[in-house]
Amino acid sequence: MSQTITKKLMLFFPKCECEKPIIYHLVKDHNLIVNVFRAKVTPEEEGYLALDVTGTEEDIEKGMDFVKTFNVSINTTGKGIIVDEEQCTHCGHCITHCPTGALHIADMVTREVVYSEAKCIECMGCIRVCPYNACASAF
Amino acid sequence: MKTYEQINNRIESGKAVVLTADEIIDYVEKKGLATAAKEVDVVTTATFGPMCSSGCVLNFGHSKPKIRMSEAWVQDVLVYTGLAAVDVYLGATQLRHNDPANMDHPGEFRYGGAHVMEDLVAGKALQLFALSYGTDCYPLREIRTYFTINDLNQAIMLNPRNCYQNYNVAVNDSDRTIYTYMGTLEPKRKNANYCSAGQLSPLLNDPYYETIGVGTRVWIAGAHGHVYAEGTQHAGGGSRNDQGIPKGGSGTLALTADMKQMSKEFVRGTSFRGYGVSLALGVGIPIPILNEDVLKRTCISDREILAPVVDYSNEYPQNTGKVLSYVNYEQLRTGEIEVEGKKIAVGSLSSYYKALEIAHLLADEIKRGDFRLTEPIAYLKKDTKMKPLVAREKPS
Repeated sequence: MSQTITKKLMLFFPKCECEKPIIYHLVKDHNLIVNVFRAKVTPEEEGYLALDVTGTEEDIEKGMDFVKTFNVSINTTGKGIIVDEEQCTHCGHCITHCPTGALHIADMVTREVVYSEAKCIECMGCIRVCPYNACASAF
Repeated sequence: MKTYEQINNRIESGKAVVLTADEIIDYVEKKGLATAAKEVDVVTTATFGPMCSSGCVLNFGHSKPKIRMSEAWVQDVLVYTGLAAVDVYLGATQLRHNDPANMDHPGEFRYGGAHVMEDLVAGKALQLFALSYGTDCYPLREIRTYFTINDLNQAIMLNPRNCYQNYNVAVNDSDRTIYTYMGTLEPKRKNANYCSAGQLSPLLNDPYYETIGVGTRVWIAGAHGHVYAEGTQHAGGGSRNDQGIPKGGSGTLALTADMKQMSKEFVRGTSFRGYGVSLALGVGIPIPILNEDVLKRTCISDREILAPVVDYSNEYPQNTGKVLSYVNYEQLRTGEIEVEGKKIAVGSLSSYYKALEIAHLLADEIKRGDFRLTEPIAYLKKDTKMKPLVAREKPS
């Protein structure tokens, strides 16, 4: 039994693929555990989905190959929340509004605010409270 | 004992010993007060946080034909025109025309005067729209044009209040989320917000205003400006702890500097959900180490500075003056305080990270000989209290 890993993904579904039960097949046919953080279907019938998939590296790869057959773009580098480091002043207002500690003070001397994407559950609390508009949603 | 002249001579010769207000704490502990007072010339202090009482005076120069602006907007933000023909005052908290404010509560307040100031310093092209009633000497009735900061004759920041000596820690005692200038506060004291650079903050390092006064040269967002008056709501006579540190707001400074010399990363528009727009500004102030007493006061640490915890759902808005308790900045910086037996998560509005950066930038400028210190031409009052606004009947 090979080791299971978890990957964060953001999927973009073009108009023609929005009504297909792709995630169902990821679970049923590819043995993946999915944890959806946020999903949205636009009035143009395009879809966005931010999720975690857990499974063996092989299963995840096969699952992604399956997803790719549908014209769905897979973004493994960034999720639905974007923190603009140029805009952030490290004030720390977001800290108490981030339930998982994804936004946290890494160094108690410099008090730099750091964003750990892996911990983000996309609650969007930071977007609501950041005075500098440093946090944004990709969708 | 050193004089301003001696310190400036050392700066000029490139030999000045300059430390930041956090570095000086360990330095004095290691060297002792007497030795350190002889060695150290300047301690740099700094702060970066939102302060609503900010704005700037702009002079556009004259159009052909000329206009005496009676109403004007920059980027659709109303500016004050009750000055000379093409002088305006842009206030940081002014909302953009048609901003819905809190009609759909809590409002987002995406753009206002402070954002115009940020864009101006960033060198962006901005729209001016002005109207006039027309006069014989100023016949033009309307103008719409685009300008950058380089097109202006003057862009002078004029902040009636900045660098609050100390400040409240805000909590929310009610059972609904409240939206304040101290940030978003969750119900039942779920979180607390503070707003001070603590041990780095200028007036906490000079609690009796011995070196910082009217005329003191200060670093404002990279420009060399100065303190032009005591700040509005300056109340130097508030209660102090054993070390002379005010236990609440107390002293403030009125600041001015040329915006053409400023860097955009230290002039930032802020949007406080449900509250409005404010300006976050980076300020650095050098303290000349004239004697051991002045040095001793710059050694203040976060642990020794107390801030009042205040309820912003009822006590602050109703102006009752009630303080729940006092906490120190060392406790605040751990991210958790305890008030009346309850643990509260702590966030901040003032950026210590930026303040530290500014304190180092200013120290470097002084070491290079690019920033000289000035002696105040007038000192700030130490005995004044804050007066309330009383709603009175019309006097007979």
